Amino acid sequence: MRARETDVLVVGAGPAGLAAAARLAALGAGHVEVLDGDQGAGGAPRHGAHRGYGTWPRVVTGPAYAHRLVAAAERAGAVVRTGVTALDWAGPLALETVGPLGVETVTARAVVLATGARERPRAARLIPGTRPAGIYTTGELQRAVHRFGQHIGARVVIVGAGGTACPRDATGARTARGVDDTTAAAYAEHAAVATVRASGATVVALVAGLPRARTGRAPVADPRPWPGVPLLTGATVTELLGHGRLSGVRVRHRDGRTAVLPCDTVVLTGDFVPDQALARRGGLALAAGTRCPAVDPALRTSRPGVFAAGALVRPTASAAAAARAGARAAHAVLAHLRDTP
Amino acid sequence: MTAPGAREGASVAAGCHEGAPAVADPGERSVAAAGPREGSVTVAGPLPARPYDVTVVGAGVVGTALARELARHPRLRVALVEAQDDVGQGTSKANTAILHTGFDAVPGSLEARLVREGHRLLSAYAAEAGIPLEPVGALLVAWDEDQLAALPGLADKARRNAHDGVRPLDAAELYAREPHLGPGALGALHVPGESVICPWTTPLAYATQAVRHGVDLHLGCRVESVAGDGTGGDPQVLGTTRGPLHTRWLVNAAGLHADTLDRMRGHEDFTVTPRRGQLLVFDTFARDLVRHILLPVPTALGKGVLVAPTVHGNVLLGPTAEDLDDRTATGTTAEGLAGLREQGRRVLPALLQEEVTAVYAGLRAATEHDDYRITAHPGQAYVTVGGIRSTGLTASLAIAAHVRDLLADSGLDLGPARDLEPVRVPRLGRTSPRPCRVPERVAADPEYGVVVCPCEQVSRGEIRDALAATIPPRSLDGLRRRTRARAGRCQGDTCGAAVRELFEQARR
Repeated sequence: MRARETDVLVVGAGPAGLAAAARLAALGAGHVEVLDGDQGAGGAPRHGAHRGYGTWPRVVTGPAYAHRLVAAAERAGAVVRTGVTALDWAGPLALETVGPLGVETVTARAVVLATGARERPRAARLIPGTRPAGIYTTGELQRAVHRFGQHIGARVVIVGAGGTACPRDATGARTARGVDDTTAAAYAEHAAVATVRASGATVVALVAGLPRARTGRAPVADPRPWPGVPLLTGATVTELLGHGRLSGVRVRHRDGRTAVLPCDTVVLTGDFVPDQALARRGGLALAAGTRCPAVDPALRTSRPGVFAAGALVRPTASAAAAARAGARAAHAVLAHLRDTP
Repeated sequence: MTAPGAREGASVAAGCHEGAPAVADPGERSVAAAGPREGSVTVAGPLPARPYDVTVVGAGVVGTALARELARHPRLRVALVEAQDDVGQGTSKANTAILHTGFDAVPGSLEARLVREGHRLLSAYAAEAGIPLEPVGALLVAWDEDQLAALPGLADKARRNAHDGVRPLDAAELYAREPHLGPGALGALHVPGESVICPWTTPLAYATQAVRHGVDLHLGCRVESVAGDGTGGDPQVLGTTRGPLHTRWLVNAAGLHADTLDRMRGHEDFTVTPRRGQLLVFDTFARDLVRHILLPVPTALGKGVLVAPTVHGNVLLGPTAEDLDDRTATGTTAEGLAGLREQGRRVLPALLQEEVTAVYAGLRAATEHDDYRITAHPGQAYVTVGGIRSTGLTASLAIAAHVRDLLADSGLDLGPARDLEPVRVPRLGRTSPRPCRVPERVAADPEYGVVVCPCEQVSRGEIRDALAATIPPRSLDGLRRRTRARAGRCQGDTCGAAVRELFEQARR
């Protein structure tokens, strides 16, 4: 196994990781390297084909935003390596990585975790029923449609974050839904509708558990944001039906009525959780409730020299918020590099 | 479709997979290719016209084990037919994945004997074939005085089943062994030898070995009728969804549908009542919470649920036990899942904080009888292998040997026997490093360094190997069972589209 050293190792080439790397390289942190297991850099925005990324007035599509972040990091002197997966820790500040060129141990003076967040899948939402094909999260749907041009189905039911009756634990493992959650959830619903339409499929219904009035300040919180999309508020999906391929979903309204919506595809949106596998493998302390890595205001984790930023720390963070957090983390990383020779 | 397996069986004499890589390990393949005549794997089109000597109906863990057993006899022409598009698609894929010792079987029953033998045989076979197996041992945990009082009787039963290592533990010993156990346990019975095993690669290994030694595997082939009785020289004719299939001997290993096939042969010996078991699988981060299989103590009030580690590094909670009429009711229910969580919370409170990575339900082939229903009907050249309940995985190799003997006793000339070339299945257990973590593997083949499924650390090379194997998957779920791709905590959010792309490329 090869072993290398670097000054800063950033895990995750999304908005937070790239912004952190750009700032660090620009401020003279030395050799700054960003890893991502994905074949392309840019993170989640790569697959958000709609406009709405970045900050006004420079609002662009997701891929353009991703490209801008990558270009900024590379221009500043950071090295972005895609198709390289961080497998596990090999020491307090060392990671075992793998790519087509082989297995490597990379030891750094500082590590920034920016592995992002994802939507909880069907199993974790405990949606009962059979296990047919045709069940997506927004993230998987976007990759399928925008990256691979895959046929996803003809008739699609989109399920909002509140559209499944995911049981909460007495242990308090789940967070209460705040404005952040509902805003992020509304964005995810919006992305799902846009992606389904881009694929040529029909949205049969949007099952939204929460009444629309409670969806916070999202720009798409209009009660009827998508002409032609039947909106089922106050309803939850209680069962998935079909053998082999999805044939429909059973929906229950708050008043107890149930109905079956025939469809061949379901998209589960919202309900973001941190991608904290690497943080947990490293034994980093987790925040109670969210189970994100616990960080101080400077984004330092429980292990000296390891930092965390972006959606990993706040799963509902927008791309722009994640990029700001990455840039902010850079300053604490620099201080750490200064203090530890 | 151009996959080699899709070729019409009759036109494929031998070597239809020439050049295809082995299931996991390139290198094994060349040995096998130089050896026995290989059978064909078909999924569509008419079946070969020439009669088979023996046809096994049902490619679950029992049917595949029997096909492998018969493959030892090179003079026999054997077919394995399966209604679904993959091996192990029924009860065999959705169970608790435990290799039982048989400590609690009915002493003196056929099941008790075959489970005991099967445990020994499959333990050895797993080591040979690379099937993940962990001998973690079981604890029967008593949560009330009634259950505590039942333990000595169970220990005695274990001794009558020739299992001598069973030992009672007091509460202090129990909590020392299982520190995360919920409060209130009074004691336990320790059953060494109870193990966990991979339920998917076991039938896959059997079937792969059978096909490599000449057995024809016909998938997507549901048997709808049987005519003739194999006597007087005329073969039996199975009416299948892919047309007629001629066979001299017939073995019924149809699992949930075994009684239906039995009735086609005129027997009313048993009725299968599907017993649904719903299960929850927790993220690998839960694995450190539990060291043994935690079994409930069966009492008059029911059997309760178990908490068990899996060889893949997850933790399993279940099953429910619901007697149903519908043999396709493999759905989970809100009540079932809520009940499991309630019971799981008592056994292992911290488990409920972890993410659930799968919910599923399997149907066990329960009958009105308290034992297997394995019966030879020599006059009909027919053997029924029915009522194989939750112990079928454990007993599979012993059942196969038992049925082979029944066939021979009934008049089937097995001819000479040979040793089988070993097969190796993908090493999916948590104790074996994935290829992407082995520098030599990645250096030798960079495709093992391209991680497609980060949650389970599955490389593109492993997906390629599975798609080119002797019995390739016909669905993304089949691919998942062979590689673990999409089986992790994100369930395909990250890799689902990429895995589907690889799967569809291979089929084009």
